[in-house]
Amino acid sequence: MAGPHDASSTTTPSTTYANETGGLILHADVLVIGGGPAGTWAALSAARSGAKVVLADKGYCGTSGATAPSNTGAWYLPAGAARDAEVDRRLEKSAGLADRRWIIRTMEEALRGLDELGDDGYPFPFDEDGRPYRANLRGPDYMNHQRRRVRRAGVTILDHHPALELLWADGVVAGAAGVELRSGERWQVRAGAVVIAAGGCTFLSRALGCDGNTGDSYLLAAEAGAVFSGMEFSAQYGLSAAHATITKGLTFTFASFYLEDGSPLPSEGGDRSTRIARAMIAGHKVYALMNKGEAHEHDWLVRGQPNCFLPFERIGLDPFKERFPVTLRSEGTVRGTGGLDVTGDDCATNVPGLYVAGDAASREKLVGAISGGGSPNASWAIASGVWSGRGAAQFAQRQAGVLGDPLSTRLHTRAVHALGGAGLRPNKTAAGSGFTRELIAAVQDETLPLDVNFFRTGKRIALARAQLDGIWAAARDHLGGTGRELVRAREAASMAATARLVWASAQARDESRGLHRRVDRDGSDPAQTHYIRSRGTDELRVSTAPAPEAVRDLAEEALVS
Amino acid sequence: MIELISADRCIECNLCVKTCPRDVFDAVPNAIPVIARKEDCQTCFMCELYCPVDALFVAPHAEEDVQVDEEHLSESELLGSYVRNMGWRKGKAGGTERDPTRLLRIRNANAG
Ligand SMILES: Cc1cc2nc3c(=O)[nH]c(=O)nc-3n(C[C@H](O)[C@H](O)[C@H](O)COP(=O)(O)OP(=O)(O)OC[C@H]3O[C@@H](n4cnc5c(N)ncnc54)[C@H](O)[C@@H]3O)c2cc1C
Ligand code: SF4
Ligand code: SF4
Repeated sequence: MAGPHDASSTTTPSTTYANETGGLILHADVLVIGGGPAGTWAALSAARSGAKVVLADKGYCGTSGATAPSNTGAWYLPAGAARDAEVDRRLEKSAGLADRRWIIRTMEEALRGLDELGDDGYPFPFDEDGRPYRANLRGPDYMNHQRRRVRRAGVTILDHHPALELLWADGVVAGAAGVELRSGERWQVRAGAVVIAAGGCTFLSRALGCDGNTGDSYLLAAEAGAVFSGMEFSAQYGLSAAHATITKGLTFTFASFYLEDGSPLPSEGGDRSTRIARAMIAGHKVYALMNKGEAHEHDWLVRGQPNCFLPFERIGLDPFKERFPVTLRSEGTVRGTGGLDVTGDDCATNVPGLYVAGDAASREKLVGAISGGGSPNASWAIASGVWSGRGAAQFAQRQAGVLGDPLSTRLHTRAVHALGGAGLRPNKTAAGSGFTRELIAAVQDETLPLDVNFFRTGKRIALARAQLDGIWAAARDHLGGTGRELVRAREAASMAATARLVWASAQARDESRGLHRRVDRDGSDPAQTHYIRSRGTDELRVSTAPAPEAVRDLAEEALVS
Repeated sequence: MIELISADRCIECNLCVKTCPRDVFDAVPNAIPVIARKEDCQTCFMCELYCPVDALFVAPHAEEDVQVDEEHLSESELLGSYVRNMGWRKGKAGGTERDPTRLLRIRNANAG
């Protein structure tokens, strides 16, 4: 069916941009929203498929997003025993929700991508046998390299151009509009198809590199009627020194953990994060000391990941000799797993003309109910980028064909409607930046605290839903502004919309599974080995969909009978 | 958060203005940039990498303002320490070919 599916969006005030004068108007076959790894791979792939491509980033393509200041491991696994073992290990850890076929095709595409990067001059290190080691990407260098590749491919890059809403024409997505941060001027890109690659949502937790990831991907798509999956698996937290942002897991390779009285952190009761979260909720301060490993191994970390040491070097603390307090920062859906449901091998969504890549998409097909960190996410950003870019280019070409003039004036002169509601077009008066800040703090109260989100209860989930309904109503009425204030207002709305999808989905999972840790539900219920799908902005709808193994079982039954 | 633009070192190239992912700086005609929106700084250290003359200092504190003393930072070679440890030079990427992180990853994989 064509058209935004969210019943509520019919009441959204919408503006026709067709005749609006002023501001920048660009035309493209494919618009990519977001310039992290996923967006840059998508732009390259679309350009290679013959499309004219514009890439718009809220920040600066090359430094922006979760990967740029970090370091990501990736799957570099040719077919063989090691790959088979990793596939099996992943399936086993996924709590029944990962899909073998998607894991393997992501591994294959990531391998191709990493080889292409190496062939294209990314300086991978060499191992003892003189072979390049391609399973690790240093963020600043990787994204610097990607930017250069994207430019060489002829893509137009718009830095500091946050996308604020999608454009819609005759049942398909037709581009996006936003403002240029510096001038406050509106911009719009008319396009034959759009790839959403604007990352996940960490609710401004100050996890490394993630503050631009305010869930913009999700609200943009939700307003077009997109379906989400796995939003309940958003309770991933990254460990960092208490004063700092560096949530890179490698920092803690050599760490032991203690409570304030010097006693060791209890070794029983779940993984490291779970034990630290429990101690923190009980009112303890948790400390780390890097007292494991050998000096030459410490040196790998010092030389390989220098920003792991900035937080210590710059306060004059030796983390190998002195203990330091740690904290957990929300990594929401960045290293959590939920996002837009991918409906086709080309990373299409259920919305015609809308494709998705990276953390904007659900990664349940790869990791099921657990975190996508530690290789799946980085590999997915490459693979989903390649697929979505190609898929979007082909969609745009088909659109141009349908409209009767290939690559095409009609595609760009058709009347479009802007779909954006919350944060952009308040029902009542816009209340200004103080209100935006209050609203963000209110969303954070329902998403960041460990005793709300890391550990969950049915009662607290219900309360979060009620609180967020109120927050959403206030957002609809009063969030708005101009220029930068408009961008902040829209970010606040995106965070609220994301949080509502999270808790609506979490409420539908009456069990514990992976990152969805219900302290009032012991373990998983085999009958709930299914996906939780969600959609909507004002009115939310939640449903379930069968897990891959269940689908396969049904298919086998059909063959037998 | 970002705490310092060294007026002694800055050559007014505005690369930090261009590359900061959170748009924290504002360019000023014929002068060094200003830290215009410190509260938006995400403490990612990216600006230090792109500054060609080590004129910027980001304190590691995510939520707190801290006082910094430029002379001390300069003498203790903390200005530009991240750039040097990474192997970048004058705002240009470099050093991944010497990155030993793979040894850590292999160690961690073997440790289970
Ligand atoms: C500390 C840390 C360590 C990690 N380590 C690993 C690892 O070892 N292995 C692994 O697989 N994964 C790891 N991850 C996860 C990995 O970084 C992400 O999965 C990956 O960055 C996703 O890429 P992306 O392009 O989808 O999103 P991002 O890299 O977050 O990029 C999103 C981009 O969208 C832009 N954007 C946001 N909103 C808008 C808007 N409205 N309009 C336009 N642009 C917008 C942002 O500015 C940004 O440039 C780690 C994450 C963190 C935080
Ligand atoms: S990048 Fe460095 S030299 Fe250039 S303007 Fe910024 S502080 Fe000055
Ligand atoms: S640390 Fe990051 S966010 Fe802060 S000023 Fe530098 S580049 Fe910008």
